[in-house]
Amino acid sequence: MATKNKNPKQPAVTRKKNNGAARAGALKKGQKALLMSGNEACVEGALAAGVNFFAGYPITPATEIAELMARRLPAAGGKFIQMEDEIASMAAIIGAGIGGAKAMTATSGPGFSLMQENLGFAVMAEIPCVIAHVQRGGPSTGLPTHPSQADIMQTRWGTHGDHSIIVLCPNSVPETYTLTITAINMSERYRTPVILLLDEVIAHMREKIILPLDEPMDIMERPRPSMPPEWYIPYEETPSLVPPMAAFGEGYRYHITGLTHDTHGFPTQKPAEIEALNRRLRLKIEQNRKNIVMVQAEFVDDAKTAVFACGSVSRSARRAVVMARRGGAKVGLVRPLTIWPFPVVAVQRLAQRMDTIIVPEMNQGQLVREVERHAQGKCRVVSLPDYKCELLTPETILRKILEVEP
Amino acid sequence: MSLPHRMPHRTSDLLYKYLRTDKKFPHLWCPGCGNGIVMGSLIRAIDRLKLSQDDVVVMSGIGCSGRMPVYMDFNTLHTTHGRALAFATGLKLANPALQVIVVMGDGDATAIGGNHFIHAARRNIDITAIVINNHIYGMTGGQYSPATPSGDRSTTSPMGNIERPFDICNLAMSSGAPFVARGTVYHVTLLDRLIENAIAKRGFAVVEAMSTCPTTYGRYNKKGSPVDMMKQLRDAAVPADKAREMPDADLQGRLITGVLKDMELPEYCDLYDGIIERAGGAS
Repeated sequence: MATKNKNPKQPAVTRKKNNGAARAGALKKGQKALLMSGNEACVEGALAAGVNFFAGYPITPATEIAELMARRLPAAGGKFIQMEDEIASMAAIIGAGIGGAKAMTATSGPGFSLMQENLGFAVMAEIPCVIAHVQRGGPSTGLPTHPSQADIMQTRWGTHGDHSIIVLCPNSVPETYTLTITAINMSERYRTPVILLLDEVIAHMREKIILPLDEPMDIMERPRPSMPPEWYIPYEETPSLVPPMAAFGEGYRYHITGLTHDTHGFPTQKPAEIEALNRRLRLKIEQNRKNIVMVQAEFVDDAKTAVFACGSVSRSARRAVVMARRGGAKVGLVRPLTIWPFPVVAVQRLAQRMDTIIVPEMNQGQLVREVERHAQGKCRVVSLPDYKCELLTPETILRKILEVEP
Repeated sequence: MSLPHRMPHRTSDLLYKYLRTDKKFPHLWCPGCGNGIVMGSLIRAIDRLKLSQDDVVVMSGIGCSGRMPVYMDFNTLHTTHGRALAFATGLKLANPALQVIVVMGDGDATAIGGNHFIHAARRNIDITAIVINNHIYGMTGGQYSPATPSGDRSTTSPMGNIERPFDICNLAMSSGAPFVARGTVYHVTLLDRLIENAIAKRGFAVVEAMSTCPTTYGRYNKKGSPVDMMKQLRDAAVPADKAREMPDADLQGRLITGVLKDMELPEYCDLYDGIIERAGGAS
């Protein structure tokens, strides 16, 4: 995953003056340097990944995604519908997915809460779909126009029942574009809902992005049945654990239910079949951790202290790390692009090498619990929670770095 | 737009063609339940319309009615409680070639799913909505629903229901559905034709099938045996043509049956095709 971090001090102005990795030489033929918000980049990424269905409901700070989809999708032959609420939006994208569409929705905290039941249906029935969740201050109506990272645990455990889920968290506009494509790809490949976890800062800030990408990303499609309908077992335990999925209307008549089901999709109450389904739903994600979990590390080779941060906070964290290193501090930055499944191995290795891991986050301490859990006491884990619902500043993180530095 | 009456089919032919006879039987409905009768009507309607099983989607929410799709050999989808119409909206819009039929109960369609029900009607998307109204939540053991008559007893209205019920057909009509009809599980040939007409209708078509739940509603309200409850349906029914000539006072407590509304309105998927064309996205 090539991410194009640039010095946050340098605003993207023109390509001639711009510094850093984002410049990447001159523009190639057909490429354009665009100024775009995270929400806009999400739409562009989704269209590039083949999304042809969007159902949504207006909510700050995610509304722009729906607005832009309403403009862009019909021109691409796709469908946009504004549903009566977020429950219906989630239901509609699952329905569209069953009809063969690549479908997504976008929302924020209150809407994401409403989506939870049907999100679980998508997990259970294994329907590919993507939810762009732009976090705002909470709980309840909270702060619609302020950033937050307080839904990290909700993305993991929001819907009821034991389940696995994939959650990706970009920290820039270009990365929102690429991770949206990755989210669509993963939802197709693993037949699972994927949550693209943004926050208000990433969604609304404008940055330079060069499109099309230097190297086009692979676009993945869900596995499809190749056998005749009478041989099709819709929830068969295949070696990949991801059974091929027929769309309704393709001649494979089968049953889809949110009830616990056997390999044929029919409800079951047999303990062995219940266990087999629940195990497969977990393992199809778990056994693919290598392909799903993405972590980026910078300045860690000589570091004794690591800052572990995601989303917009990782931008502040990077600045703090750079400032601290200028002062001689041995500090590095580790950034999970995949929040769930949690980067367990990366944190275990980090804990063996570091004296201290600092976890700044815009909530009262959610990510830090996972870091602590997987550090297993091998190093000190310092929480830096911030819940003023303003972007966590580099100065705050720098102060904490200097405080813990020996 | 009533279709000419035809001889009934040989039931056994239909059973083996349209039911998953080797998989999911016996079914879980109680003796005397009306759900099986509605399922029979639905199958005969689909058969008469000569629809390909591959093109038909039968879907449901949660409750006794929610179990219907699993018995039927179509593309079948058993969704979450109250949300079937929202799933159906996405499915139909994504693939308008599918014939989407949604089976719901009174609680499923008008309580938890009430919002989706009125908005699907308002949008006029080409979906057939069959609401089986047995006045109660049967699967959970008999709690009052938005269709339980005032004064009636249920496990959650042990002293009598103080709420007023929805008239589900009125709700559908006032929400904008272009086709609304009411049948009963006693008047089976009528129900066959109403469902057939509803599926043939291009637009959001609602059929309310008045049904019986002898196990809960019947017992709690001393409605007698399943046969008694069938007779009550027979006696309460008034054909719509006849009802128009009757004074309102005589229609109190009666069930007006037949096609209550049938008009032409632009259909949502057709309108959206126009949007795609205007946006230049037509292939």
